[in-house]
Amino acid sequence: MISEAIDNEQVDALLSDVLEVHGYDFLEYSHASIKRRITRLYTLDNFVSFAEFRYAVKNDKQYFKRFLEEITVNVTEMFRDPGFYQSLRNDVLPVLGTYPFIRVWVAGCSTGEEAYSLAILLRELNLLQKSLIYATDINPSVLEKAKKGIFPLNYLKGYSENYVNSGGVKDFSSYYTANYSLAKFDESLSSKMIFSTHNLVSDHSFNEFQLILCRNVLIYFDKELQHKVFQLFDNSLEKLGYLALGSKESLDFWPGAKQFKRIKLEKIWRKL
Amino acid sequence: MAEALIPTRCSALVIGGSAGSLDVLLEIFPLLETAINFPIILVTHRKSGNDSLLADLLQSRTGLKVKEAEEKEPVLAGYVYITPADYHLLIERNKTISLDYSEKINYSRPSIDVTFQSAAEVFKDGLVCILLSGSNADGVEGLKIVNNLGGLVVIQNPNTAIMPYMPQQAVNNVKRHIILDSFAMAEFINKLNR
Repeated sequence: MISEAIDNEQVDALLSDVLEVHGYDFLEYSHASIKRRITRLYTLDNFVSFAEFRYAVKNDKQYFKRFLEEITVNVTEMFRDPGFYQSLRNDVLPVLGTYPFIRVWVAGCSTGEEAYSLAILLRELNLLQKSLIYATDINPSVLEKAKKGIFPLNYLKGYSENYVNSGGVKDFSSYYTANYSLAKFDESLSSKMIFSTHNLVSDHSFNEFQLILCRNVLIYFDKELQHKVFQLFDNSLEKLGYLALGSKESLDFWPGAKQFKRIKLEKIWRKL
Repeated sequence: MAEALIPTRCSALVIGGSAGSLDVLLEIFPLLETAINFPIILVTHRKSGNDSLLADLLQSRTGLKVKEAEEKEPVLAGYVYITPADYHLLIERNKTISLDYSEKINYSRPSIDVTFQSAAEVFKDGLVCILLSGSNADGVEGLKIVNNLGGLVVIQNPNTAIMPYMPQQAVNNVKRHIILDSFAMAEFINKLNR
């Protein structure tokens, strides 16, 4: 019987190093997913032994940067789950529009596709000028990409379909300039965004928001860590503010959930 | 069917399939015993959209409890878990489900390889995996790992598959396996139940 490329004990040892040396705590991440990411990177980078891999992660700063980029999942898209964005457009943002100022936190924003989607919605509802979108991620290199607002052109057809399915009626291509294989989104959208690193595991609340979006991030956390992050969101949300999660994530089973009311069928909750 | 090939225990059954596999599932499910002492996890390639459709379709044909897999839920005997469209499904050490929205594997999310591999690491020689009809090579790498970790590999006979490519790739590349016609699958699964 052949054993696995990297076993559970090795994963735990590596993650302990990462916490000790670099201060990033992945120990409460879902084990199966993080193990798969680690094994994938180990195989991809052709290390001859686990010891060598562990040494590089521990001591080589450049390599750790790569490790951090590859170990976290940075797959995202614009207007993913059109029904969700429709609900934001019709049910949530009009309510926030009655406030003098709108603060939104996109937690775990990755390369920024959701922040830009949100900015487009706010623009179409004439609310962008009084809004500020805080987009944060654990990973500094994805934030650099997010700031630029440049996405591969071949994804834009799918994004445009999502946009239309979410109730968008404008010409989606009016929001970006195509140049060879890239699409650069209008800078007036990103002018209302603030990008910053934030680690949901270890960093605290930094403001009060009326809307927090954190979609397909919590699936990578174990239950205890999920509950801690819900507490962090609760502390960062104004009364009557909204919390939006991914389509397979839920506030149910978190003891604080009774202070929240779910909006319709989408994964959006309002703080009571 | 050689009785010797039936493992003495089955802790979990994972069934993977792509194009042409729905027909087989619809054929198998009405014939399954209604009290099965292991969980069944289904990974099929399909368009995102109406997730409950497949669950409803299969539920109407079996006494087992069919449900869409939810994040962090424990896998329990007697249940059929359907992998949601557009997520990979992994099994944790404590036998709960993790969903994962990382890159597509073999142009697929869910990827059969991902679930086969992660189930193999948890259930080891207690795992049985079945690969059905399909037209890409997803599942083959996962089955190799199932093989290596002592699990049992069952492949639908490519000659009876609507799309023979996927099972044929598995037959060609996975060392130890059993080949079954679709009509023999239900009986095989029922025999695992002991």
